[in-house]
Parts: sequence; structure tokens; C-alpha cells
Amino acid sequence: MSKHSSLRLAALAAAAVLALPATAADRVKVGLMSTLSGAGSGLGIDIRDGFQLAVKHAGGKLGGLPAEVIVADDQMSPDAAKQTADRLLKRDKVDFMTGIVFSNIMLAVAPPVFQSRTFYISANAGPSQLAGAQCNPYFFSASYQNDNMHEAVGKTVQARGVKKIALLAPNYPAGKDALAGFKRFYKGEIALETYTPLNQLDYGAELSQIRASGADAVYIFLPGGLGINFIKQFTSTGLNKEMKLFAPGFSADEDVIRAVGEPMLGIFNSSQWAHDMDNAANKRFVADFQKEYGRLPTLYAAQGYDAARLIDGAVKTVGGKIEDKAAVRKALEAAKFESVRGEFKFNTNHFPVQDYYLREVVKDAQGRVTNKTVGKVFDNHADAYAGDCKMPAETP
Amino acid sequence: MTGILLLEQALNGLQFGLMLFLLAAGLTLVFGIMDMINLAHGSLYMVGAYLIATIAAASGSFWIGLAGGVAATAVIGVLLELTVLRRLYERDHLSQVLGTFAILLMANEAVRMVWGSQPVPMAMPAALSGPVALLPGFSYPAYRLFIIGVGLAVALLLYLLVTHTRVGMQVRAGASNREMAQAMGTNVRLLFTSLFAVGTALCAVAGGMLGPLLAVQVGMGESILILAFVVIVIGGIGSIRGALLGALLVGLVDTAGRTLVPVLFGQLLGPAAAATAGPAVASILIYVLMAGVLFWKPRGLFPSHG
Repeated sequence: MSKHSSLRLAALAAAAVLALPATAADRVKVGLMSTLSGAGSGLGIDIRDGFQLAVKHAGGKLGGLPAEVIVADDQMSPDAAKQTADRLLKRDKVDFMTGIVFSNIMLAVAPPVFQSRTFYISANAGPSQLAGAQCNPYFFSASYQNDNMHEAVGKTVQARGVKKIALLAPNYPAGKDALAGFKRFYKGEIALETYTPLNQLDYGAELSQIRASGADAVYIFLPGGLGINFIKQFTSTGLNKEMKLFAPGFSADEDVIRAVGEPMLGIFNSSQWAHDMDNAANKRFVADFQKEYGRLPTLYAAQGYDAARLIDGAVKTVGGKIEDKAAVRKALEAAKFESVRGEFKFNTNHFPVQDYYLREVVKDAQGRVTNKTVGKVFDNHADAYAGDCKMPAETP
Repeated sequence: MTGILLLEQALNGLQFGLMLFLLAAGLTLVFGIMDMINLAHGSLYMVGAYLIATIAAASGSFWIGLAGGVAATAVIGVLLELTVLRRLYERDHLSQVLGTFAILLMANEAVRMVWGSQPVPMAMPAALSGPVALLPGFSYPAYRLFIIGVGLAVALLLYLLVTHTRVGMQVRAGASNREMAQAMGTNVRLLFTSLFAVGTALCAVAGGMLGPLLAVQVGMGESILILAFVVIVIGGIGSIRGALLGALLVGLVDTAGRTLVPVLFGQLLGPAAAATAGPAVASILIYVLMAGVLFWKPRGLFPSHG
């Protein structure tokens, strides 16, 4: 074939593609951008693995349409995330986006996502800003609102009669939300409130301050590798014998337990999900996750799984017509899917109204160090910001 | 109670400062003697940490990992010097910055290819993982004490090497006037290759010591490299004594700042300001320190040039 004829053929093919009339989508494209490198990578990997397990359970489809999941790394950096999101939105033209772990990245990426009229299904980050005044018809949280898990520990700590506590969180939006949530339900004395840079991994100085504060207990919100480092260093100072450590589910989940081991025993933590929850969807999810990846899932994995199931349910409800944004929005709001946390429903601000549980790190029957659900803290708990949200009735 | 807090923070500052010194010592000699800016210095720290973590995991012993990893990193350092860096000495600073920055990027990608993008776990030796009682009612992590011990020992060794040996004399001569040292018969090339090996080994020691405390991950060299540059600028370029003093100053100021600034802000401006502005101001404190030192002593505390 000569050079010219192949050129002509290419031109013809291109013209043929362009001439095709716009039809109903033949597949669902999901941009899964998450933190897959660095100290927060364990979280993103679990979200990714949970999401992909749900797609696998649905036979490689979402809502009956073949699913194409484009996985990208945000490198835990808002700048890198903005560029990657741009690529997913403009070049790959994804129909849904999901996967972001950290709230500062979520807030950086939200404007371009909403502008492009792409639905964002959060599999973790739930910043207060997006729950209140800046709520958006294109944002749905399949996880929680940032304050919620900390509110649950705050209530637990209060109920257990802790008089004086030291608080530690990273200096970023979710860190502020965390301690605000904790303080909403804890009424005792706060001996110390410290914020550390999000990339800080050495807590020597903070541990000295915690010891000096004279607190009876310490509450940390340190996701992923941060929490792993803190708990190891906490144990190596011997402080674990002097005061009780409380944490949200983030800092005492299976990833942290795997890395730290026995020193985790006895830590109480809160979550909207646990791997021992008794419902059919969860049993299948936990068993298959272990079979597929050889480890127990974390709450991040559960949220990733639910995010995919939420999309699956919505696409099914609109019969695959994902171009009809108003219909997709209605379908997402109805949230017709079986969640691994049992019941799942959205509030008016597109954040879930759900139960929160207390878990304890114990040794189970097989001798594994793992989480066990020991009680329920909140029934049908909504976030504190929904009242400030004026969700537009029409989808722009 | 506050006495113990100050003592504990002083130890924390000392530990952090000594680790910075291990990095800054090699960096300042390279900069001082060959007038060469090596941005890839932090990469050797990262590679050292990875090698030590890997060998420690494979052999099951932290100590074998440390010895093997330090030796292997020193070899890599020498190879790098002989093949690439050597060609950059005669070039201007801009070429050196560009060249070594390229090495930094390639090292990150190479590490990502070999070990993946997730952090590599590294455990501290079991014997050192608990606390040690130093005073009644005050215990301190054994591992951090161990780091302080190693840091002090290395500082002492380097001091003896630089001030009491013939090689040390040549090093000092090279740092204050390279042309004159060369004219007097010092083989600066050989001297420099061996210095580079020592500097690389020190990087690896720092990486291996900090590995269990922090995280062994891609890019870990960059943030600490900036601090190492701050240290040598404060201390005076080319001076080991300056590097030690600068490192201890930076370590203590950083640690103290993280404790005191939020407290100070809390008392002056209220808790809300302390929560938002405190951590931010604390993290820029060492740069304020650097600006202050350079204002009064533009050549650093112990300049070694002429």
C-alpha cells in the first residue's frame, strides 16, 4: 500500500467516525484518581482494590454497561492532582470521578470537576465545605462527612469519663474538621490541641508535649502511614502504659494493624463500617476481598466498593442513558444499591445519613490482631453542615 | 514537669540535628572543596535507606542491613562520582544544578521501578524498641538515644579525621584554597573520590537510622536535602565544625519551635490563631533563623574559605 492510499484510508476512517450520530453511551468511563504513592498510598490502594472488586462482581460492568476504570495517582499533591484531573476530564472525558483520599486534594479538584458537569462520587474525602455552603449537585459522598467519625469517638470518650485529653491532627481541612467534630461531643478539658504538617512523620516533639500536658488520654487523627508512625513512636516512648489512645477508624484499621501489630490491642475506634458486620453484601465483599488480595479490607476498601455499587445502581436506574445529567442525579440521590454497611441513604446535601459503630482492636479466634465491633454510637447520624447547604433543585 | 519537657525536647532536637549533620557533613565537604552543588546528595540518602531496609528484611537483622546497605551505597556513590559527577566539577553552578537535579529525578524513578511507589516498611531492632528510664519519672525511647549515640560518635570520628590526620589537613587545605592545595601537591581528585565515598556512607547511615522512625519512600531525600543546605549555609560552607553547629541549631530551633510557637500564639492571639497560624509559623522558623544568621554573618558561622 502506498503512503498516499494509507493516508486516504486514515482520513476516510476518521470521517466515518466523526459522521457517526451521537448514540446512548456504549460504556461507562470512571476516572479513579487516588493516592497511590507515598505515606498515604495504603489508603488509595484499598479504595482502588475495593472499587475494582465491585466492578468484577458486576461482570466487568457498571449498571449493565461495560466499565472502563482509568486509575491515576494524585501523589498526595494538590498540584499533581489538578493536572491529572484535567487529563481525566478533558482527554479521557470520564463520566464519573472517584477515589480521592485527602480533603485538601478534593477541594483543589472540585471546581474543575463540577465545571465539567462530571459526577464526583467520593470514596473517602468528605470536607465540611462541600457538605455546607459549597454543596454541589455533582458531588456525592459514598463515605461520610469528615466530622462524623470523630464525633463518634468524642461521644465515646465523653461517656467513658475521660477528664482531660490531648488532641493531635494534621494541619489540613480534614484535620480541622476532625477535631471540630470531636469537640462537638466531648465536653471535658482539652489539655493540648496540636496540628502537624500533613507530611510530618516524626512525632518526637508532639509526644513530649503530650506527656507534659498531663492528659489521661490522647486522641489522634492521623491517616495511613502517619498513624502507623505515631503509634509505633507512642509505644517506644512508653506512653502507652500511662494513657489510653483513642482513634477514628482511619488510624486503627487493618492497614495500620498490619504494620504495627500487637501494640494496637485495646484501641477503641469508630467507623461506619466493620469487616464483621452481619449482612449478605458485606459477607460476600469481605470474603472475596480476602480471596482476591490476600488481606482484610479496610473502611477505605469498603467505601471504594460502595462507590462503585452506587454508580452501578444509578446507571442501571437510568437505563444506561448517562448523558441525561438530571436523571443520573435523581438516580444517585435515590442510592438504590445494597451497601456493605447495611442501610445507605443520602441527606439533602448528598452526604450519607448512617449509623456509626465502636470497634476495638482484639485478638480474634484465629489469633489475628483485628477489629471487632463492640457497640453502636450513633443511629441514623447526619452531619452538622446539611442546614447550610442550599442544593439547587435543577442540575445546571 | 516543664523541666522534663525541655529536657525531652532538647534530646529530640539533638537527635534530629545529629541526623542532619550526617547529611550536611558530606554535602559541605563536596561544596567546600570542589565548589560543586550536588542536588543528588539526598538521593544517596534515599538509596541508602532502601538498600538497608531491603538487606535488613532479607537477612532478618537490622545490623547486617545497616552494614551491608552502607557499604553498598558507598560503592554506588563512588561509581556515580567516577562516571558522572567528576565531569561537572569544571562547569559552572548552573550546569551542576541541572546535572545533579537530573540524577535526582532518575534516582527517584529508578527506586520506583525497583521497589514500587509504596513505602517500604522497616522495623527498629527489637532490643531498642522500648523506652529507657533516664530520670525518675522520665523515660525516653531507646532508639532515639541510639541515634544520638551514633550521631555523636560519627561527629567525633570526623572531627579526629579532619583535625588530626594528614588527609584531614589536605581536606582543610582544599576547602580553604583549592588551587594552592593542588599546587602544593595534594591529589585533589583522589582526595575527592574518597571524600565522596565517606559522604555517601554518612548519607546511608542517616537513611538507615531514620528509616524505622520515618518511612522509607520515594522522594524522602528532597525535603531533608533542603534542610541540609540550610545547615551548611548557616554553618559556613566547607566547614565540618560549622555543619555540626548549624545542624544542632536547626534541630533545636525546629523542635523548640513546634512546641513553643503554638503556645506563644495561644497566649498572644487566642486558641483559634494558635491552631491555624501556629504550625505554619513553626515550620518556617528555621528559615527565619537562616535569614538572621546570614544578616549578621553573610558567610555563615564558621566560613572556611580564605
